[in-house]
Amino acid sequence: MPPESPLRRWKLAGATRRVGTCGAPRMRPPLREKALPVLVLAVLAAAPFLGFGDGFALTLLARGMILGMAAIGLALLVGGAGLASLGHAATLGIGAYAVASLDAVGIDRAGIVFPVAIAAAALFAAVTGAVSLRTSGVHFIMITLAFGQMAFFTAASLSTLGGDDGYTLYARTTLFGARLLQDRLAFHFVCLGLLAAVWLLCSAVLDSRFGRVLQAARDNPLRVRALGFSPYPYRLVACTLAGGIGGLAGALLANATEFVSPATLAWTRSGELLFMVILGGVGRLYGGLLGALAFVLLEEWLSHLMTYWRLAFGPLLILAVLFLPGGLAGLRRRDG
Amino acid sequence: MTSTLLLVQVLNGLQFGVLLFLVSAGLTLVFGVMDFINLAHGVQYMLGAYLAASIGTALGSFWAGLVLALPASLAIGLALEWLVFRHLYDRDHLSQVLATFGVILTLDEATRALWGSAPLNVPQPAGLSGGIMLTSSLGYPAWRLAIIAAGLLVAPLLWWLVERTRSGMLVRAGSTHRAIVSALGVDIGRLFALVFAIGAMLAGFAGALAGPVYAVAPGMGDTVLILAFVVIVIGGVGSIRGAIIASLLVGLVDTLGRALLPDLLRLALAPAAARQTGAALASMLVYVAMAGFLCLRPAGLFPVRRA
Amino acid sequence: MAEPLLALRDLSKRFGGLTVTHALSLDLHAGEIHAVIGPNGAGKTTLINLISGTLAPDAGHVRFAGTDVTRWSLQRRARAGLARSFQITSVLERFTARENVALAVQARSGSSFRFLRPVARETGLNAAAEAELAAVGLGDRAAIPAARLSHGEKRQLELAMVLATAPRLLVLDEPLAGAGPEETARLVALLRGLRGRFGVLLVEHDMDAVFALADRISVLVDGRLVVTGDAATVRAHPEVRSAYLGDDALA
Ligand SMILES: Nc1ncnc2c1ncn2[C@@H]1O[C@H](COP(=O)(O)OP(=O)(O)OP(=O)(O)O)[C@@H](O)[C@H]1O
Ligand SMILES: [Mg+2]
Repeated sequence: MPPESPLRRWKLAGATRRVGTCGAPRMRPPLREKALPVLVLAVLAAAPFLGFGDGFALTLLARGMILGMAAIGLALLVGGAGLASLGHAATLGIGAYAVASLDAVGIDRAGIVFPVAIAAAALFAAVTGAVSLRTSGVHFIMITLAFGQMAFFTAASLSTLGGDDGYTLYARTTLFGARLLQDRLAFHFVCLGLLAAVWLLCSAVLDSRFGRVLQAARDNPLRVRALGFSPYPYRLVACTLAGGIGGLAGALLANATEFVSPATLAWTRSGELLFMVILGGVGRLYGGLLGALAFVLLEEWLSHLMTYWRLAFGPLLILAVLFLPGGLAGLRRRDG
Repeated sequence: MTSTLLLVQVLNGLQFGVLLFLVSAGLTLVFGVMDFINLAHGVQYMLGAYLAASIGTALGSFWAGLVLALPASLAIGLALEWLVFRHLYDRDHLSQVLATFGVILTLDEATRALWGSAPLNVPQPAGLSGGIMLTSSLGYPAWRLAIIAAGLLVAPLLWWLVERTRSGMLVRAGSTHRAIVSALGVDIGRLFALVFAIGAMLAGFAGALAGPVYAVAPGMGDTVLILAFVVIVIGGVGSIRGAIIASLLVGLVDTLGRALLPDLLRLALAPAAARQTGAALASMLVYVAMAGFLCLRPAGLFPVRRA
Repeated sequence: MAEPLLALRDLSKRFGGLTVTHALSLDLHAGEIHAVIGPNGAGKTTLINLISGTLAPDAGHVRFAGTDVTRWSLQRRARAGLARSFQITSVLERFTARENVALAVQARSGSSFRFLRPVARETGLNAAAEAELAAVGLGDRAAIPAARLSHGEKRQLELAMVLATAPRLLVLDEPLAGAGPEETARLVALLRGLRGRFGVLLVEHDMDAVFALADRISVLVDGRLVVTGDAATVRAHPEVRSAYLGDDALA
């Protein structure tokens, strides 16, 4: 690798610029910037008591929070590490299928189900990440897509879990021996708690020594190497962490719908997750949450308005990419 | 598996490979020349199939549908380029991925709205709807042979156009030497739009050819799109020669894998397990190849040299 | 004589048909400032890339502090104390000056696989970073994002980063390029202070600075070392006069 020729230098700089960060500001918001995500979490906590306590609204909010969790993990990868994965839905799917396969053999204790789901997805992310991270830029997008497809076809061939048709859970996961997650309100707060925990964890990780190296390697890998850091292990840990979070979200998703199918792992899901991150604003972790909530609400609202709601949704997506490069989180910063 | 059945599978693989080539050609040029990653390219394939089928049904002739689908695909390609894609050339790859993903959602849905979710009835190609006897006992659909023949015709022509003509040279140079090509008095924007439209037409052509063979349904372009990405990664981004070889390779591996793997695994596993793992492995085979190439030989089989 | 800090033996590098480094051998001793000069395109940056491990040579060996490091990566050499700067200033634009240097300090102090404690509040790290910044004269710019620093300030910042990794050998690619007269004076003073503490391989076009700073000078032309010696020897060398300094330059 001859990084000093002008051409090459351009390409190296290009590689980091071209993937994902979209000229986003630093991912270390000062305290006042944490006000917005805290507000969003507070609104989510109050929502059930403000007229959004019916089954329909709670289902919708749970979906938003679960996808938000996964999107925050992906935001850590895309915004924090500069790695745009187009196979992130696979980790969600693996989390969901972990619940299903344990359900099929009669295991439904959260103490087993959630750790298994997280570990399985993290392991997948670690193994595929170990290979994918040997590539960069657009090749990384492609190879994660390839691994996502492999996971998809594996899920579709699991005939004991329904193959293409999917699998309906016998029961939701039990918490402390009780069917707590069966109760919509309890489930709402479990999701909210985990969402807050995921956000705090990822924020802390970005603010740590580890996070500083990760972000530095996103901006200028050659400089970081010349200081003595090898970007690879840092990126691999970030992949694994994002994968584990995806697994957790997948396990919750399986519980929310009491159903899993290969559709969870479809590459279009990965595209949607990536879109949530970008829609929310790639420069902020909570952008993933904003994006997921906006996505779910928009999807719901449009599908009430019209049968072929994607006819409106698709163009909105395109317009958002064209005209909102900073995402929703960037909107507030126009004046400043 | 007898050798005649194997022959049938090989022919199926070649025929699939030809369709993949027609789709990959535009994708690899657009990606290689303009550094633009277009997920919506598969949509062109789908639209080609729908247009050919509807026009063919309306006019009562498959051939009329096939022929008229070409300019229609070209026009759609030009329109999309003008409306969406040209605003994305200067953006990062991630924005390109997302915006063209939006195009997929929109046009897949539009197809559903216009034609419904059920697979479409496709008129059969008059004169080529029957079978041809390959041996005294083995018939093979004439239309599939015609697809292979179409590929044999288009592939060298395209290769010649891109690698040997002045316009092809300009297209290839346009990516790395924008300034020089502009200085020659060539409108780069027009040139790119043209490449785009021709790529769209080829994909539409593939869709029109595929109509009588596969189910014409919404979303049919997505699978083909991802396989086309596999093709251009293996063949080398921007290389027509690479796209030819790699698409035949992918077509053959995918088809033969699906046909042979379950039987092969039966030697080692119980029949049910063999069928299940065989099917899973077969669907994965090409993606494994793609991951392997990206890791070990990211420039592909025929790396395009950049000055 | 003790083993040199850096020893290059028959180092060669080709780019396609172009040989940019020709079987080059060179010794650099601890505490010495060794300048490498040569016309544009002579292969100076390539030489630095080979020494630092940014590029792998086609043939030859790089020995650093008695160890053959030819096959070591850039980052491994950096951890061993071989620090480089870049001809085009390379700092982390979105980080503040303090964060830039703290990252370099972090590289040599403790594990960076710490996930929960906020690094911004690690007083030890920040204090060390600020000390390095003060040493290069950027003490009052610590909180400014690097993107907003002037060109010369960025040069100083990069030097602070290089020094903060606690190196034994500094390989500097035109550290004065693009700096204004005042900044140049400060940087030259700074570099002079390095003599005796580190080995320094200095690539530089500013001849006044080179002759003021260097203990020894090597002249590189078309990938070959033409002469190595003290300032007087180099000035006197006929090939240097014609190839690089220009005959009338020293008349
Ligand atoms: N990656 C590369 N690929 C091809 N050629 C290269 C590459 N890097 C450098 N070169 C060529 O090698 C030669 C030496 O380049 P190098 O950058 O080492 O010169 P230099 O002495 O540092 O010049 P300057 O004083 O302009 O910085 C030049 O002709 C350059 O074009
Ligand atoms: Mg140089």
